[in-house]
Amino acid sequence: MMLAANMFVGPAIDWFKISPLLVMLGGVLLLILAGSLTPQWKQGAYGVVGALTAAGSAVCTAMLWRDLGEGNPSSLLANALSFSKFSLFATFSVAVATLLAILVTSGFLVREGEDGPEVFALILSAAIGGMVMVQANDLIVMFLGLETLSLAFYLLTASSRGRSASGEAGLKYFVLGGFASAFFLYGVALVFGATGSTNVEKIATSLSKDTVLGGSSAMLLAGIALLLVGFGFKVSLVPFHTWTADVYQGAPTPVTALMGSVGKTAAFVALIRVFTVALSSRSDDWRPVVVVLAVLTLVVGSVLAVVQTDVKRMLAYSSISHAGFILVGLVAAGHSTSADADLGTSGALSYLFIYSILVVGTLGIVSVVAGKGDNETSLSAFKGLGKSNPVLAMGMTVLLLAQAGVPLTSGFVAKFGIIRAAVSTESYALAVVAMLAAVIAAFLYLRIMVSMWLSEGAESRDMATTISVKAAVAVCVGATLVLGFFPSLLLQFTNQI
Amino acid sequence: MSIPILTLLVLVPLAGAIVASLMAKSSESVVKNVALVSSIATGLLSVWMLIKFPTGSAGFEFVSKHAWVSEWGISWHLGVDGISLFLVVLTGILFPLVIVGIDPHHDHKQYLVWMLVLEAGVMGSFLSLDLFLFFVFFEIVLVPMYFLIGKWGYDQRVYAATKFFIYTMAGSAFMLVGIVATAFLARRDIGHLSFDLIEIAEKSNFAAGTGRWLFVGFVIAFAVKVPLFPLHTWLPDAHTQAPTGGSVILAGVLLKMGTYGMLRFGVYLFPEAAVWAKPVLLTLAVIGIIYGAIAATMQKDLKRLVAYSSVAHLGFIVLGTFALTNQAITGGVMQMVNHGISTGALFLMVGMIYERRHTRVIAELKGIQAVAPIFAGFFTLIMLSSIGLPGLNGFVGEFLVLIGSFATARWWVVAATTGVILAALYLLWAYQRVFHGEPDEANKSFAEITKREAMLLSVFVAAIVFTGVYPKPMLNRIEPSVKSLLEHVESHSNYKQPEIKAGE
Repeated sequence: MMLAANMFVGPAIDWFKISPLLVMLGGVLLLILAGSLTPQWKQGAYGVVGALTAAGSAVCTAMLWRDLGEGNPSSLLANALSFSKFSLFATFSVAVATLLAILVTSGFLVREGEDGPEVFALILSAAIGGMVMVQANDLIVMFLGLETLSLAFYLLTASSRGRSASGEAGLKYFVLGGFASAFFLYGVALVFGATGSTNVEKIATSLSKDTVLGGSSAMLLAGIALLLVGFGFKVSLVPFHTWTADVYQGAPTPVTALMGSVGKTAAFVALIRVFTVALSSRSDDWRPVVVVLAVLTLVVGSVLAVVQTDVKRMLAYSSISHAGFILVGLVAAGHSTSADADLGTSGALSYLFIYSILVVGTLGIVSVVAGKGDNETSLSAFKGLGKSNPVLAMGMTVLLLAQAGVPLTSGFVAKFGIIRAAVSTESYALAVVAMLAAVIAAFLYLRIMVSMWLSEGAESRDMATTISVKAAVAVCVGATLVLGFFPSLLLQFTNQI
Repeated sequence: MSIPILTLLVLVPLAGAIVASLMAKSSESVVKNVALVSSIATGLLSVWMLIKFPTGSAGFEFVSKHAWVSEWGISWHLGVDGISLFLVVLTGILFPLVIVGIDPHHDHKQYLVWMLVLEAGVMGSFLSLDLFLFFVFFEIVLVPMYFLIGKWGYDQRVYAATKFFIYTMAGSAFMLVGIVATAFLARRDIGHLSFDLIEIAEKSNFAAGTGRWLFVGFVIAFAVKVPLFPLHTWLPDAHTQAPTGGSVILAGVLLKMGTYGMLRFGVYLFPEAAVWAKPVLLTLAVIGIIYGAIAATMQKDLKRLVAYSSVAHLGFIVLGTFALTNQAITGGVMQMVNHGISTGALFLMVGMIYERRHTRVIAELKGIQAVAPIFAGFFTLIMLSSIGLPGLNGFVGEFLVLIGSFATARWWVVAATTGVILAALYLLWAYQRVFHGEPDEANKSFAEITKREAMLLSVFVAAIVFTGVYPKPMLNRIEPSVKSLLEHVESHSNYKQPEIKAGE
């Protein structure tokens, strides 16, 4: 007995520092346990609990940020999680995106008559997975986060029982996502084989001493490649993007919003951390590959977006194009010898934060236009929206212009941050390619705007909204404009990363 | 200066737009009054600025500077000098005229809101002294213009609006990278990151190769906007499909953002590169002059004809800009304003013809002079100003450009002069076909000019005649700034202006 107790010494736990995770976990348990043991709650009550949980998590993160002040980054739970401005900002992004997505989901479920605790518990679980991914200081922990996130997403994608497309998309996502996880895990194994550790910082130390175990770096390079494939799938980089359009289209619209915001942020932040911290001394090896992926992703994403006729598919391809933009930030961050390399990291993180808000707002409006049954997402469903519902159309216009990168919207601030990072590391050609891809993508946003404002609508349809969807969209549109006019509100934080 | 007059020039129309957009659709007359009040207030402010502007000053006046995004070294920095002065006044006066004088026929509220947003954007572009701020205004202008063309235009409006948006945005893509690169490369010379135009222009010292690349990035964006051959193909479509008000603004002030940008940001920031790129830009300008004129001659649609004539006229401005002499640039700046007045008025009159006849096809119009002599008289005068008849405004700018360029760009001038002759050809021929002869059945009922239209056009005519007869007040205000710009060019490159002995 005594012997057994002595053998395992638990790490010291700074409970408050993991409070963003604990709050989310509390919300999940509350919803699952109390939700299943009590009769159906009042309409929208599950959503309120979910939203409060996400908000609480965001508040905790903000307090931790303030407490950290100018303090040095540290690690938590025996080096399993990192604790820095980088991880806190990313956690905050995830919490905010979760909050907004829950508001959209709540209204959606009420309209569909499917209100219940399960979906919200799954969304919060996904958020936990995402938070673990962005904080992870160890590749195995990162994998745990990735799987938590992914499993929740598979279920959420298939959660719309009335639509067969939803189940199909869920299955497709599950099969392909399983492959991607396998690639990732295999990559982790090879990197472990080459460096003797799965800890992000220890890998970095080991590589900086140039001691590749086994005498050859082939194993390491193969590991890096496999990690890149795994991440590439999750953030949908070309050529690992083929699932994106089908899954985005098939999933219930609020879940699409969650994937575009929380899913993308979590996977991208993890990708950035692994590549710029653990593998930074090998950046000359991976950067050329990432450049090629960035160009492919930008161009293919934008071009394919333009030819779609379904708004959700359009937004899926546009999200691919945005991923290419963020990858440009990673390329800049990969110039580890440049003094301005950290501009790439902070640029990518601001981009993710801003894009999360944009995508939730946009898909929130799409979910309203889609109407009961969530089916009307073709471009023609938006015809005449400017006449029949000018406020909604105006909000959509702001969000689309922001995605196109028009100044005085947050989208321009995001793009500017990336271009600034690319230029500061002298990647001029890449910056020009990124901007031109943004111009191609602008054509897609214009097509939606033409549908809304410049085409006559067929007949007015019922587009009932609830207060929670309205609130979420209003917050998204408001944030888009406020950050566009006063970028300093965001930059003062991202500059510290 | 206690009142931040330049900031007001941007904010007053913007405030008008916000107030108007918050009003109920039903209270149309109130919305109209709000739009009118804010645009006229802006116009009065711009005139007041003109009166207060110290003649002979070469630097920037009424400067207002506030930190905006301090993390990135970006500030709200506005100022006006001789080069931008008259463009600002033109903007201030043109907008209320368009708002009063042209009926968009439907959705008045939205139309007026977009017009006011457009005015704020154009004002901002002409006043910005910060690269980032300039880009913001330069780009934001696309949105209202897109909607104005796309919603109130003619049959092919959506196509034209989209083409306009995509073309201009593609050009701006290069400029944005150029702007960021300029700021980062200038950081070494300045000591900190700054997007301030004056700071960069005065303190930076780019290597020749670097400066040239950056210059190209900027000039692509401006060349699309001007538009310079061969990037002009969006313009005829945009002009033909835009509503009359949109066309007047597009020709009057929007295109000038390109030529103005070339001077303010191209030549001023990268003098060495401007000298280097001179032959190419002059050649493109001359091709634009001749090609625009020939294409105009061939047009069947009266509005398209005027659109192509714009390509030719703006070629003259670019020719003047890159001839790099005092007279040529002064003439170019004059021409920017003059083209705004005369082509703006031409588009206005073409719009009036369309209102009456619902066609702009030249072959369907005939003998209008017989039934509407006063209307024809106005058209004649404006047309002659566009051709460049001495005594009217068009002559002053064109003549200064040609005479000023002769010393530094002789053979280009020789070629460009044929453009002057062609301008007479296509406009007079069009006039002959539309106004002369016996009116047929359809044209017999062509209504004479109304009082309201006459009053509107009188403003343009007054400007045309006054500037043509007595350009000195304008020249006195433009020249000092042009001179100091060229001194800057000479001190930052090995270019020297040839001495011109004779007096004025």
